[in-house]
Amino acid sequence: MKTMLAIISNALCRITGKNAGAQTVSEGARVVVSRSLSDFTPQATFDIKRCDLHGLEAGPPVRAELTREQGLQYYRTMQTVRRMELKADQLYKQKIIRGFCHLYDGQEACAAGIEAAINPSDHLITAYRAHGFTFTRGVPIKEILAELTGRKGGVAKGKGGSMHMYAPHFYGGNGIVGAQVPLGAGIALACQYQGNNQICVTLYGDGAANQGQIFETFNMAALWKLPCIFVCENNKYGMGTSVERAAASTDYYKRGDFIPGLRVDGMDVLCVREAARFAADHCRAGKGPIVMELQTYRYHGHSMSDPGVSYRTREEIQEVRSKSDPISMLKERLLGNNMASAEELKEIDIQIRKEVEDAAQYATSDPEPPLDELCNHVFASSPPLEVRGTNPWARLKSVS
Amino acid sequence: MATSLRCFLRSGKRAGLVAAQRGFSRSSAAAVQVNVRDALNQAMDEELERDERVFLLGEEVAQYDGAYKVSRGLWKKYGDKRIIDTPISEMGFAGIAVGAAMAGLRPICEFMTFNFSMQAIDQVINSAAKTYYMSAGLQPVPIVFRGPNGASAGVAAQHSQCFAAWYAHCPGLKVVSPWNSEDARGLLKAAIRDDNPVVFLENELMYGVPFEMSEESLSKNFTIPIGKAKVERQGAHVTLVSHSRFVGLCLDAAAVLAKEGVDCEVINLRTIRPLDVECIEGSVMKTNHLVTVEGGWPQFGVGAEICARIMEGPAFNYLDSPVTRVTGVDIPMPYAKILEDHSLPQVKDIIFSVKKTLNV
Repeated sequence: MKTMLAIISNALCRITGKNAGAQTVSEGARVVVSRSLSDFTPQATFDIKRCDLHGLEAGPPVRAELTREQGLQYYRTMQTVRRMELKADQLYKQKIIRGFCHLYDGQEACAAGIEAAINPSDHLITAYRAHGFTFTRGVPIKEILAELTGRKGGVAKGKGGSMHMYAPHFYGGNGIVGAQVPLGAGIALACQYQGNNQICVTLYGDGAANQGQIFETFNMAALWKLPCIFVCENNKYGMGTSVERAAASTDYYKRGDFIPGLRVDGMDVLCVREAARFAADHCRAGKGPIVMELQTYRYHGHSMSDPGVSYRTREEIQEVRSKSDPISMLKERLLGNNMASAEELKEIDIQIRKEVEDAAQYATSDPEPPLDELCNHVFASSPPLEVRGTNPWARLKSVS
Repeated sequence: MATSLRCFLRSGKRAGLVAAQRGFSRSSAAAVQVNVRDALNQAMDEELERDERVFLLGEEVAQYDGAYKVSRGLWKKYGDKRIIDTPISEMGFAGIAVGAAMAGLRPICEFMTFNFSMQAIDQVINSAAKTYYMSAGLQPVPIVFRGPNGASAGVAAQHSQCFAAWYAHCPGLKVVSPWNSEDARGLLKAAIRDDNPVVFLENELMYGVPFEMSEESLSKNFTIPIGKAKVERQGAHVTLVSHSRFVGLCLDAAAVLAKEGVDCEVINLRTIRPLDVECIEGSVMKTNHLVTVEGGWPQFGVGAEICARIMEGPAFNYLDSPVTRVTGVDIPMPYAKILEDHSLPQVKDIIFSVKKTLNV
């Protein structure tokens, strides 16, 4: 409450030119136009798009409740991912990040909505467009950026890079298209085996959806009723190939055939959350796997090597930005229903910008991993071993 | 004769003798004949009992008792949860097994033969082998991939390939190739207890072969260290290095050569990766001659690696002649018996190669 009042009073001070620092809460309360916390709507219910259903009698609810606290949290999460990805773009263009860099901006509602619906003790695995999930699953921004810049403070000590970041109950970051899907079903098998009521969210893209191993996985997951939510993030393009040119059926939510499916508006964080909750309940009830297609969009090209405009028009990208941006959509809901003020959202933006800037600073100044650790982590729980270097006299040491 | 008798009477815990074939039996207390299949079965049974996180999955492993009956009785004892029949989906179930290992279980993933592992090789290499390194130690993958490897009898080209060299090429994997029952038992138990991905290469033709096993090797905690070779027969004139079924052929060749006054030291590699180079070097520095014997193809194979390593190390200066490789013929495996027999090393090929190497 104090912070909110201080924020408001500071904002007003900038307008009136008064010395912000001199304001105290009580003085702020004397400012003519004052807003207290009780002025904000604590909770509201929103109409959300109905999901298309496959093999289901009923789907997720068409109305979603949102508390002010949740709204601010989802806003913060999505804005953090957005700014982090844009910072990565900048660092890549400065050649401080190299190799592969697949950015997630535009798709933030998917990561934020899913995380809002599952527990930290649940499990999640995705493909290479993974920075957003790495953050939502608990890795600090600075460890993500430092991994991208290949420094020892990176979450994988600089040895993994963009596609290979891990955290408890987060299994990356996987570079081979589609390979993460059987892995995810295996994690779900472990949940079932251990009887811990946990589930695994296994993500893949519209391009990966045509991989044979996914169908092998669907078969086994359904046969054994694995508690796995298969999420297809359909951003309409697999690298440079549009869905119409890649798939005989673009109804990705139906491709599980005997597995029930939902098609969800992936640009609306509330839609994603409700659908993910529905799917998680389905799995936890022992009904087996479920497929969730999130219709979403990436603003960047496939990777930093792809400008992203040779196979789609700038007009299309601009249209999505102006009409369906996930962060704008949430912001409009919060402001339109008096659940937050423009000033406090702006303050959050400023805070996030600073956090990302600090993280980038760390990521560019942290030292690279030491050369004598080059060969470590080949084997787990093993005594030190010798590794051949580039020539017969280079005998390098590897510890677990 | 005296030489072979002396090495057979060599005391100690080593009991890996092909007793039935030689008509010779040790008189140690409680020595028992166990074939390789049963040794593998017992090893899995004991490890399943010891650790609840261990489970077996693969085609026909449960209700069929295993395509080669290696998992006989396990489903009856442990049930559906621990012994899982999979559909014919190698890439899928290998990936599922790796995921389960990442999430805390200890799977044994059976490939009906390693030829089918090619369908799943991406999961073995990119998902299993490399993950501990890529994650800088955050994510171990304790998994065993096992199944018959190499040539069988009359199964032709697509079912006869040896994958030792392919898997042993990759850092992050341990690759193990047992010969006899003691190897099979001790190495499989070690592999299951290892926190790393282990490729366990069995041999179908060895499944039914009985070997004497000592009481110690039959104990519940008997394991053989991965990465250590074993000298099966000591000798002074030439070192024979081999793995899997061909160790037996080397011992047979050694017995014949002994009668002609050539004394062979036979090393059973047991592990392909990491290779026990010190054991080979120590032997070569004693015998000055080296012959490698394998069933796989010559190019870029196990023997090729041994040659390179010997050249790079201290043993090179002790060689009196270049290293000789005895390998499978560099062709896809034919079907007709006469052709198949001539596609793999026979005892006579080993004897011939030893004599050429020794110039006798």
